[in-house]
Amino acid sequence: MANVVIPDAVLVKNYTCGDENALAVLIKRHQSKLYGFIYSKVSDRDIADDIFQDTFIKVIRTLKSNSYNEEGKFLPWVMRISHNLIVDHFRKNKKMPMYRETEEFSIFSIMTDSSPNIENRIITDQVENDLQRLIEELPDDQREVLQMRIYQDLSFKEIADLTGVSINTALGRMRYALMNLRKVIEKNKIILTN
Amino acid sequence: MAKIYSEKKLAAPKKMLPKKETINFLLNYSKALKVVKTSGNLTFESIAN
Repeated sequence: MANVVIPDAVLVKNYTCGDENALAVLIKRHQSKLYGFIYSKVSDRDIADDIFQDTFIKVIRTLKSNSYNEEGKFLPWVMRISHNLIVDHFRKNKKMPMYRETEEFSIFSIMTDSSPNIENRIITDQVENDLQRLIEELPDDQREVLQMRIYQDLSFKEIADLTGVSINTALGRMRYALMNLRKVIEKNKIILTN
Repeated sequence: MAKIYSEKKLAAPKKMLPKKETINFLLNYSKALKVVKTSGNLTFESIAN
């Protein structure tokens, strides 16, 4: 004898009349399609289980309160509930999205290390060496003022006191030191940036 | 004879199904839930232990 398939609408009606087995049949009939749909969106078994459970909790509460009025369209209705819950799930997690590594997307494309890479460190070393060599070429009095100001962070008053000259002289030596450096850099087309 | 190193074809994926506990929870929840509508269009839900 062929098995008679009871339509969803009849099962829903039986359930609302108190037949708890009707719900078990409905869940068994549609669980694969519904769970597969949810899993295809969330790609996580635990989350899919949670959303599946929440979907049927809504279904049960709606049916028990006799608020269901879409006879004959049970599965599309349930799918719509689960779809809304999936949207809620992603909306809730928007503030803390989870990234998964795929062929098209690498987590390292959004994670950057702010510390200089090896290339930048080499360039910085070279720039500093070049600058050091240029400073060595300056006349002694200018080099002395420049080193005290830039490398030892002394004020012009302190430089003036230490070198036994006036502040104006110290300022003048600094000015000439910078002008001479600039001249050499421009003449030799030296690039001092990285 | 040359050895084939390619991976064996995966078996057809099993049907995706929710956990048994989830289904049991839903069936028990359904049995325990009572929804009462009042004349004032209020809905009361109660869960029987």
